[in-house]
Amino acid sequence: MNRKPDYLTHAVLALGVVLFALPVWLVLAGSTQESEAITRGDLSLIPHLSGLPRYWQVLTEGTRGAEPVWHMLAISSAMALCIALGKITISILSAYAVVFFRFPLRKLAFWSIFVTLMLPVEVRIIPTYSVMAQFGLINTFTGLWVPLIASATATLLFRQVFVAIPDELVEAARMDGAGPLRFLRDIVIPVSGANIAALFVILFVYGWNQYLWPLLVATDPSLDTIVIGLVKMIGIDSDTDWAAVMATAVMALLPPVAVVVLMQRWFVAGLTEGEK
Amino acid sequence: MATLELNGLRKRFGDTQVLRQIDLSLTDGEMLVIVGASGCGKSTLLRLVAGLETPTAGTVRLDGRDITQLDPSARDIAMVFQNYALYPHFSVFDNMAYGLRIRGLSKAAIQARVDAAAAMLGLGDLLTRKPRQLSGGQRQRVAMGRAIVREPKLFLFDEPLSNLDAKLRVQMRAEIRRLQRRLGITSLYVTHDQVEAMTLGDRLLVMHEGRPAQLATPMEVFEQPADTYVASFIGAPAMNFLPAILTEHGAAARLDAGPTIRFTDGPRAGPEGMALTLGIRPEHLTVGDPQLRVQVDLIEPLGSETLIHGHLPTAGAPPMVIKVAGRAPASEAIAVGIQAEHLHVFNRETGMRKAPGA
Ligand SMILES: Nc1ncnc2c1ncn2[C@@H]1O[C@H](COP(=O)(O)OP(=O)(O)O)[C@@H](O)[C@H]1O
Ligand SMILES: [Mg+2]
Repeated sequence: MNRKPDYLTHAVLALGVVLFALPVWLVLAGSTQESEAITRGDLSLIPHLSGLPRYWQVLTEGTRGAEPVWHMLAISSAMALCIALGKITISILSAYAVVFFRFPLRKLAFWSIFVTLMLPVEVRIIPTYSVMAQFGLINTFTGLWVPLIASATATLLFRQVFVAIPDELVEAARMDGAGPLRFLRDIVIPVSGANIAALFVILFVYGWNQYLWPLLVATDPSLDTIVIGLVKMIGIDSDTDWAAVMATAVMALLPPVAVVVLMQRWFVAGLTEGEK
Repeated sequence: MATLELNGLRKRFGDTQVLRQIDLSLTDGEMLVIVGASGCGKSTLLRLVAGLETPTAGTVRLDGRDITQLDPSARDIAMVFQNYALYPHFSVFDNMAYGLRIRGLSKAAIQARVDAAAAMLGLGDLLTRKPRQLSGGQRQRVAMGRAIVREPKLFLFDEPLSNLDAKLRVQMRAEIRRLQRRLGITSLYVTHDQVEAMTLGDRLLVMHEGRPAQLATPMEVFEQPADTYVASFIGAPAMNFLPAILTEHGAAARLDAGPTIRFTDGPRAGPEGMALTLGIRPEHLTVGDPQLRVQVDLIEPLGSETLIHGHLPTAGAPPMVIKVAGRAPASEAIAVGIQAEHLHVFNRETGMRKAPGA
């Protein structure tokens, strides 16, 4: 290691930090100032303490044309949670089947899952909508997350994790008398804990950021997610309440950040103390 | 009280015939060691007995009951794996208790059995640790403990000591033997290590390419190897082989290298001039006897003894190893004599041992 400080490296790093952090800071500062000042372009880099009560107001009452932010946060959190947990459950089960069981057409099943990687939500959105409509799930909370929980990516990831579980461990469990479900619950899931945590973070953020599907499937404002709400608040006319939008944006950032911070501690610990 | 019987066991993976024909029977409390080169099908044999694989043909009987089609968990067999296969997220206690919990034993019974096994194995202080906090030897003990608490009818060991360092291996070897005697549980022990093969078992099965090459007590295998493969596999350094032909109406063999050696244990049947392979262990060659001249290639002093690597002066002669006590004479060629009473005679065509009169 070079002990001498490398000024160029630090300069590049600092530039990178500013590049990423400045917009977020601007939103934070803007959320405490007057909307008129923002529209005029007089955005100050210093947050005004006097603007803080706006957060409470937006959170509990919302602004013109939108639900209260707390409600949208709740919908988003519930949706992201359901998507993340649903994806994890389904992909653990399908990866488990593909890795540990010999059944006819196993290869075909695996490749069919693999192929769906090439079909993102956007491509199959019309048929998905039609199926959901036939089930009567338009404008329901269930309709918001159920079509999003199949995940080829997560299945492939878990397949890799499971394939790395030593055969001897599987055999030891069989000799100990563990049946398939018990083996899954007692051995496979705990051993893959760190991976599950890491994936949960990624999938939660993915679910949180969903826009197109919620926009289509739920027109009822009481099902608005925070992302939809933000877009609605900006609207098309010129008298957008920018300060309120920015305050909402700041609050929309917090749950994913909290999940990342909390889970990161957990899965990093899991990774470092785990065996290989 | 358990006997194990294997009848006509065969296993094929796709096109490769891994086990050709295994017939074996273990008496109650016996420890049978299976030895053979890597890839000869030892693990496959154990896995068939354990129920982790199904045989292509043949039956496995435990205590007279046909268990060939039973699930591993229903067989009352415990196995110690080469890489221990401990559950990484369980404590030592839970590793041992897991199988008992699944079998629905009471908490008190589990506690009693695990405590007893832990005391026997010196694991008493480690019960709350995770496997990664243990040394290799301790992990090995936990793996043994997991098998012991099950109180099975049969133990299977698949090269359980091969991941330990030499010193620990010696120690654990003795310990496994002591435990097995004390518990009196019928055992199959697989190894590729000669010393384990010689010391651990009541009987020894030498396997070669999926077939049993010889089944006998370790000393019998060492003193009367059934064929050249067994002869070269058991004993270190390996036996020397010299080409010869039968002469003097079966009473002696003439080495291609010159001298004629009379058999001390009686004549061999067979036509005059029949092709033989003579086997002689490195320790049964005497330096200073002018029977053979050996070119010295390399001298390896081992402290209390010395290995001399050399070859006969004829072109294309196979290498020879001579083991002498103390130091070796420093010269380029030495005179070496064969101790005729230790000679092994094999049919060169078939590789099979030729006993006196046969
Ligand atoms: N599941 C399997 N599929 C195909 N071949 C196998 C399988 N298991 C073992 N073999 C082959 O069988 C042979 C014997 O393997 P094994 O019993 O593990 O040998 P050993 O334990 O004596 O080293 C090897 O050639 C190995 O490649
Ligand atoms: Mg093996």
